Amino acid sequence: MLDSGRTETLLEVNNIEVIYNHVILVLKGVSLSVPKGGITALLGGNGAGKTTTLKAISNLLHSERGEVTKGSIVYRGERVQDLDPAALVKKGVIQVMEGRHCFEHLTIEENLMTGAFTRRDGKGAVAADLEMVYEYFPRLKERRKSQAGYTSGGEQQMCAIGRALMSRPETILLDEPSMGLAPQLVEQIFQIVKAVNEGEGVSFLLAEQNTNVALRYAHYGYILENGRVVMDGPAADLRENPDVKEFYLGMSDEGRKSFRDVRSYRRRKRWLA
Amino acid sequence: MLNEIFIKPFVDMVEAPDFLMQVLWEGLVSGILYALIALGFVLIYRSSRIFNFAQGIMVVFAALTLVGLHAMGVPAWICVVLTLGVMFVLAVTIERVVLRPLVGQPDIILFMATIGITLFLIGFGEIIFGGENKVMITEQLGIPTDSVLLEPWGGLLILEQKDITAVAVAALLVVALLVFLNKTRMGRAIRALGDDHQAALSVGISLQTIWVLVWFIAGIIALVTGIAWGARAGVSFALEVIAYKALPVLMLGGLESITGAIVGGLMIGMLEKLFEIYWGQPLLGGNTETWFAFVLALIVLLFRPQGLFGERIIERV
Repeated sequence: MLDSGRTETLLEVNNIEVIYNHVILVLKGVSLSVPKGGITALLGGNGAGKTTTLKAISNLLHSERGEVTKGSIVYRGERVQDLDPAALVKKGVIQVMEGRHCFEHLTIEENLMTGAFTRRDGKGAVAADLEMVYEYFPRLKERRKSQAGYTSGGEQQMCAIGRALMSRPETILLDEPSMGLAPQLVEQIFQIVKAVNEGEGVSFLLAEQNTNVALRYAHYGYILENGRVVMDGPAADLRENPDVKEFYLGMSDEGRKSFRDVRSYRRRKRWLA
Repeated sequence: MLNEIFIKPFVDMVEAPDFLMQVLWEGLVSGILYALIALGFVLIYRSSRIFNFAQGIMVVFAALTLVGLHAMGVPAWICVVLTLGVMFVLAVTIERVVLRPLVGQPDIILFMATIGITLFLIGFGEIIFGGENKVMITEQLGIPTDSVLLEPWGGLLILEQKDITAVAVAALLVVALLVFLNKTRMGRAIRALGDDHQAALSVGISLQTIWVLVWFIAGIIALVTGIAWGARAGVSFALEVIAYKALPVLMLGGLESITGAIVGGLMIGMLEKLFEIYWGQPLLGGNTETWFAFVLALIVLLFRPQGLFGERIIERV
């Protein structure tokens, strides 16, 4: 569906390094690009640097005392790494953070409305978008008057994505949407992501540990290990790649392996590092 | 003794209801001022989790600025506008110089920073305005200073008009604030910021704007409090002490709750007056108002650590 030869590139991350607290080097030269209208997946295990990469892009690192020390982040041909998060939201890039982060004492509807904070295009347009969000997430409409803190994990994830949609974004940086959710719900969330991608033309950069689901919905994928991109390619190719199958999908030529074997094998063969 | 504690005070109350009303009214007036100061605390706490120790000195600073400007010959109402301007500049300065560099630091450091602001404002205020007591420009502001005499049950109740004005203005301010917080985009952003800093940043809510805004609102509240309290007791640095009365109000009402600040303030104002008049003076030799509120707050804390109206910590199981 996505012809990368013709579509324009929205976001370009070139060889960035991120250091926390002036000493801890977390990203060691990550490069990636996000095409317009695509779903791009950023895969990898715990501590691979997925969240840091997303936060570096959305400029949320500063409040955690992280810093981009090398490389550049370019959005639509413009350097964006010195902007504050609000300026970036106005440019159409918004992050949905890992672990939902809803405003728990605000109602679901108030949560959604905070997403429209930076907009200046009038109440009518915002109200129309609220209806649009309710169409994608009918569940949120039922819970609109509930305090977000009292809704379920799935509802909170929907709320967080809906809130981001309320800013009329061009690109959503979606961090670990599957976290802590039942498989059925994960599937549902990803279907909505796909629907938003196709219906509203919103591009996604999606960090995910659940490689299996992510590669089924994404168009292109990057695999991070230890702060480096170790592999990238169209999602369909990655799904068929024997190494990806073995290390991330738990499959090999001999059929499914036990998790214990996978781990020990991996320790021996510092994969592509 | 038991008679003195459990029976006599209540007999006194019933026998002289007009006096009881007078006591309650006095309590209400000071209570509403406690509530206003507590509101300033609550607002800043909610939006930044900073316990703003400087709220009390801001009251003094606002009142001194107002009186000082008037002494320079500026017409009273223009003084009010200018003072608001000064409070705005103060808010911007605090955000730029103190809060912005400390983003992401532990709460205790920000708390200490507000103590620093307090000490600075005391020194700075003394240099500019001098340390001596001043008189609030009550009449010049058009606040009536007569008394209203009521005669309930054949007794006598004296209400000072400036107190009535203070209560009315405070009530108006509270209503305006509630509408602002619940119905407007900025108000929603303030509450959102209180819930989750990171998430607020991620949707493009600017910390800087909101902080300047809440500190400015706290400044407006400080000015109103300063005028009302100054009209009763004069303007001096001793005013700062009433800010400490906001602490038991906050303990009682809960740090995050606007309702708590108001109800807590009124309760403490009235209960401490009642206690002073009916129990403190006859039994303990008076002057109980300095400590009664704290004891009351401690007792409440034993049973409800989050205060009477504190936001319940939402914990899903």
